[in-house]
Amino acid sequence: MINIQHLHKAFGKNQVLKGIDLTFDKPGITAVLGPNGSGKTTLIKSILGMVIPNQGDITVMGENIKGKWIYRDQIDYLPQIARFPENLKVSELLRMVKDLRSRDANDKKLIEFFELEPFLDKRLGNLSGGTRQKVNIVQAFMYDSPMMILDEPTAGLDPVAMIRLKELINNERAKGKTILITTHIMSFVEEMADEIVFLLEGHIHFRGSLQSLKNQYQESNLERAIAKMLEGKTNSSSNGVSKENSKFQFEKSF
Amino acid sequence: MFKILKYSFYDLMRSRWTYIYGAFYFLFTLSLLWLSNDLSKVIISLMNVILILVPLIATMFAVMYYYNSREFTELLLAQPIRRRDIFLGQYFGVAASLAMSLLVGVGIPFFLYGILVSAEIFNFLTLLVVGVFLSFIFSAIAFFIGLKNENRIKGFGLTIIIWLFFAVIYDGIFLLALASFSDYPLENFAMGISMFNPIDLSRILILLKLDISALMGFTGAVFQKFLGTPLGIVTSFGILTIWLLLPTWGIKTVALRKDF
Repeated sequence: MINIQHLHKAFGKNQVLKGIDLTFDKPGITAVLGPNGSGKTTLIKSILGMVIPNQGDITVMGENIKGKWIYRDQIDYLPQIARFPENLKVSELLRMVKDLRSRDANDKKLIEFFELEPFLDKRLGNLSGGTRQKVNIVQAFMYDSPMMILDEPTAGLDPVAMIRLKELINNERAKGKTILITTHIMSFVEEMADEIVFLLEGHIHFRGSLQSLKNQYQESNLERAIAKMLEGKTNSSSNGVSKENSKFQFEKSF
Repeated sequence: MFKILKYSFYDLMRSRWTYIYGAFYFLFTLSLLWLSNDLSKVIISLMNVILILVPLIATMFAVMYYYNSREFTELLLAQPIRRRDIFLGQYFGVAASLAMSLLVGVGIPFFLYGILVSAEIFNFLTLLVVGVFLSFIFSAIAFFIGLKNENRIKGFGLTIIIWLFFAVIYDGIFLLALASFSDYPLENFAMGISMFNPIDLSRILILLKLDISALMGFTGAVFQKFLGTPLGIVTSFGILTIWLLLPTWGIKTVALRKDF
């Protein structure tokens, strides 16, 4: 479905992606993980055409996406920060997004699911962060596109909404969709992910199933497996960096 | 693109600044008309205000709207629409809303004072057309600057400088040049130089239309000789159109290559 070849991207002097080769062709949830600055968001944005790579090709459904935009009709995107025009009402925003897409939208069910009915006529600028994130989720999930990209979907959600979100994501997975999620929340990854892509300094450090990551580092806990993996990396770069340092860098993420 | 334009326009129509801007023109025009029943004089006074205010407000408004919409633009970029449509749609939405405030704010008082049956109607229309052009030109420039500069402060600062340049500094340099080279026949030079500043061009157009170019002396006569003719007027509007098309094309080009 999504095929990435030799992807390179630098912002000024900062080489963020240093030759990424990836394919997402199986249904299921892939968690894209990595420390801050590893290139997760850049990778996602390159797939969506928001960032233009220096080198490399990305094909979606067999078509090279360079200069194209219609392929995005097949991808649902949940951005990390839900910022909307302040003066629009919730219903108008949803109507606008629907206007831009060719598919039918399933927004009514989702609005009920997240109990957003009382907010439909309110200005987006007046809503709380959590409510805005719920609106964000509705606009992302209301189509039935075969692919989904979720960037830190749990941000700002209260526990009930979080459970509902996980339910939604599981439903989509059951429909056989290909879902990419970037997140820092390990418990979320452990519960939801099938596959893991771990980015480190612009390279793919690990690509495989959740279970095989745990097996490889002989840890039943994902956090510890990743810590071990990173520790192996920093030890091999041999500048006397201790275990604590890599764990600290990792735990900083949450 | 029209969908985005529509939503930007609605968003701006809901903003109280749009109404404050329109209300200012309304009250100002109304007061001028009330104080002096001579429509021609009011048009001249208005011209001076519009030539300063429209570029300033258009620039500020457009650059602020651009930076405020940046996060929302990210959402739009993930939709199946062309980049060009997103940014040009937003730009036209802003420019249209500014033009609308001007037209309604200035138009209604004149309408009430019987402009439709007056001989001044063509001068009035020139003023409005020029005002709309300037709204579009300066919001395009501002949008372009916003697109080229990630840093809000830098972008905002640049737009203020650009406005200051066109509104004030340009004329200062121009006058200096005229004074230093006063021994030379500079009329054609003066005319050419005016083409490079949309504000000056607009001012000359209106003054010529109002036929007070006699006040500008010999230079006025030369200007009248060229710009007063139908060819001159068409050329002037043509140049204003180029002033509009260039930044708009710039917006499209930068938008296509930029990373978000």
